[in-house]
Amino acid sequence: MIFLLGDWISDWDGSINGWIVVIGCLCAASASLLGNFLVLRRMSMLGDAITHAVLPGIAAAFFISGTRNSMAMFVGAVIVGLLTAVFTEWIRSVGKVDEGASMGVVFTSLFALGLVMLVAAADHVDLDPKCVLYGAIDLTPLDTVWVRGLEIPRAAIVLSIVLVLNLAFVILFFKELKISSFDPALATTMGFSAKAMHYLLMVLVSITAVASFESVGSILVVAMFVVPAAAAYMLTDRLAVMIFFSVIIAVASASLGHIAALEVPTWFGFRSTTTAGPMAVVSGLLFLLAALFGPRYGVVVKWVRRQSLSWRILCDDIVAILYRAEERDTAMPGLAGLADELFASSLSIRSALLMLRRKGEIEGSDQPKLTPRGIDRARELVRSHRLWEQYLVVETGAETNRIHSHAERWEHFTDRPLRDELDRVTEAPDIDPHGSPIPPENKL
Amino acid sequence: MRDYNTRVVVLGVAMLGGSSGLVGSFTLLRRRALMGDALSHASLPGIALAFMLATTLGYDGKYLPLLLAGATFSGLLGVGCILWIRNKTRLKEDTALGIVLSVFFGAGVALLGMVQQMKTGNAAGLEGFIYGKTASMSAMDVRLIFYASLIAIALSFANFKELKLLCFDEGFAGSRGYPVVLLDVLLMSLVVLVAMVGLQAVGLILMIALLVIPAAAARFWTDTLWKMTAYSVILGTVGCVIGAMVSAVFPNLPSGAMIVLVCSFFFFLSMFFGTARGVVARFLRRRRLNRRIDRQHLMRAMYEQIEHPDRSDTSALKPGSEPVRKTKVSIDELLLVRSWNWKRLMAAIRSAEVDELMQYRHGHAQLTHAGFIEAARLTRQHRLWEMYLITYADVAPALVDRDADNIEHVLEPHVIDRLEDLLEEQELLFPVPTSPHELGDGLTSSEEGILP
Repeated sequence: MIFLLGDWISDWDGSINGWIVVIGCLCAASASLLGNFLVLRRMSMLGDAITHAVLPGIAAAFFISGTRNSMAMFVGAVIVGLLTAVFTEWIRSVGKVDEGASMGVVFTSLFALGLVMLVAAADHVDLDPKCVLYGAIDLTPLDTVWVRGLEIPRAAIVLSIVLVLNLAFVILFFKELKISSFDPALATTMGFSAKAMHYLLMVLVSITAVASFESVGSILVVAMFVVPAAAAYMLTDRLAVMIFFSVIIAVASASLGHIAALEVPTWFGFRSTTTAGPMAVVSGLLFLLAALFGPRYGVVVKWVRRQSLSWRILCDDIVAILYRAEERDTAMPGLAGLADELFASSLSIRSALLMLRRKGEIEGSDQPKLTPRGIDRARELVRSHRLWEQYLVVETGAETNRIHSHAERWEHFTDRPLRDELDRVTEAPDIDPHGSPIPPENKL
Repeated sequence: MRDYNTRVVVLGVAMLGGSSGLVGSFTLLRRRALMGDALSHASLPGIALAFMLATTLGYDGKYLPLLLAGATFSGLLGVGCILWIRNKTRLKEDTALGIVLSVFFGAGVALLGMVQQMKTGNAAGLEGFIYGKTASMSAMDVRLIFYASLIAIALSFANFKELKLLCFDEGFAGSRGYPVVLLDVLLMSLVVLVAMVGLQAVGLILMIALLVIPAAAARFWTDTLWKMTAYSVILGTVGCVIGAMVSAVFPNLPSGAMIVLVCSFFFFLSMFFGTARGVVARFLRRRRLNRRIDRQHLMRAMYEQIEHPDRSDTSALKPGSEPVRKTKVSIDELLLVRSWNWKRLMAAIRSAEVDELMQYRHGHAQLTHAGFIEAARLTRQHRLWEMYLITYADVAPALVDRDADNIEHVLEPHVIDRLEDLLEEQELLFPVPTSPHELGDGLTSSEEGILP
């Protein structure tokens, strides 16, 4: 990593790379700010739809203004972007069409319309739809303006304005956005229009999409609308924290993406590649990390938690079976007997036994036998189980033959205070409904 | 049509439109209309990688089956990612699509950036996969589309019942023992199959449009799946043929865009005039229902008025007073009964007059004989339901009016029979039972009931 960074710094080519990273970060941050709300409102595909759909706006602006004035095109594109959202909503509500389908109808139709308009104007305009899709973030630093004696890329200025706008929007309307995203009906009863918030959000999404793809290409902005917010959603339940994380992830993927664009192709003998693509890929990798290892919802984390729970229950069941066998003075079940009774593979029984032996709760390898510590654990479980059975019969009048499965499930989650309470409610019984003795509480 | 090239294009897009209409109708019902969008984008890195591999190993990088294999591979990988994100994380379908679309496409763009530096092999034309080259489709493309369509049709017919269940009730399909995940993968593979052959022939946007628009348009015409599938296939085929022919006649117009525009024109036609769910059809159905409700309200109001000709005289409110059919009711009185405006009331009166249920002269309405029977029947229904609510649901008499008001219009004859049976057991049945609450105008009756 150090070498990589060293290489990269030595490659630093004037201020070009710096500006690319700055512009990428500005675009990523401003898109991800709004992206949180798109993800929460299940409108993640809107960014994609808008960036495809703005073509007729650009073409119409060209027809009307007659020049390639970027301001006119910007306004035209934003208007059509907003129209995409409006039409989608309109078809969804008027035609009762699924949201995704109405979006698909709208943006493909608008794109086709734009293509036809562009072809009609082809004789005197050199608008290239490819430029719209790929963007040219690598060329942005060359298009500069002078501000107070500083040479700054135009894209940096435009995107800074967009970022400030989005930031102000999110901060000023945080409460309104939050409520209208989670509960539009509540928002309406609280006296502000969820619809107005929706369309305000749409205006800003359009502005961000158009401003970004004009300078950095649609793929980056589409990715930044969705991926950082999705990654942040895997990490937290709080909206403010989610927004914070999403911006950090967005900025990180923009910066790392540029390094990747410069470095990764050289491993395969290429020079470097377009920057926007790797930025999107890095954000995807960061999402993968968050999805796998997020503290609460990460797939791996959840898997480990579930596995450890099922291990604990398996161990519980084993000691309880051994305890019961000892109690009835029947033969201790061997490995095969345990596997048979617990519907577990002999491998998992074997490893559970190993774990129990490590903890000093059983002894003997072929014929497992409870140690005093194991007996304590088993007694707690069996006591919980039989108290529950007693409770179900006494308090809820359940039939004796139907109580076992409930008690079997709850015994693993019953602690000392709950047992005492059960004991008190059922008036300290000595035997359970099946006639088995209820073991006494362990002495501390 | 004389031109060989035009014929090839028309044939190709017609088959493509048909098969994507078929596959699209399943994905639409599965609420995955934008799946095609995500998959088409996700195929790009596969194309670029296949090209790089082939050129590095010294083969022709643009050998079509190889590129298609690459596209299919990364498309299927994309499907896997979408299903994984949807099933294993807390994120929803749309976010899964968005992530896969942008990240895969980003990877594709990055790889293309590298491909363009390759000295061997000519990378130009790979973008054809994104923008398409509809007008210059080759016979080879058409053959590919033909095979893909055959497979798509065969597979979806063979699994029609299973796919239908998957689309409408995934949980039920699972509980009946159908392999839901496998079926899902099958459906998505069909999308990949059609999208991949279509993508290199007609480009990304047209492919997305063909997967979404015909199916969405067909949905307006029917509520039956096989009909919808058939309509969707027809709409897709016809839209493609017309679009391709228009662009053949006017060579200036790009054929892909024209096909999309023709299809979306069909969509808007269907949206408004579709017989099952179209806007006009739903509006008419709604208006018919509203008129029926207004008619029923009017008849009941008339009956209640002639039951108690003089509402200031409280003695008339006592149960069992005989209604007099020929009593004239002034429109002002009717206006007070419920919150309808003059215009709506007059419309209801006029339509009742046409059906010879009442006569209206000089601001006074009078029931005809047929009208009287109808009014008595409606009032009876209303009051039966009220009695039922009071007797069996323990609803306060002051509150039953509104509940009965909502439900009386949809009571079917067998429900009335059942109500009669129930009330007969309680010996509460009258020819037209008297109102269980005091009658007043709609605004004050409930208040009167609540006040002690």
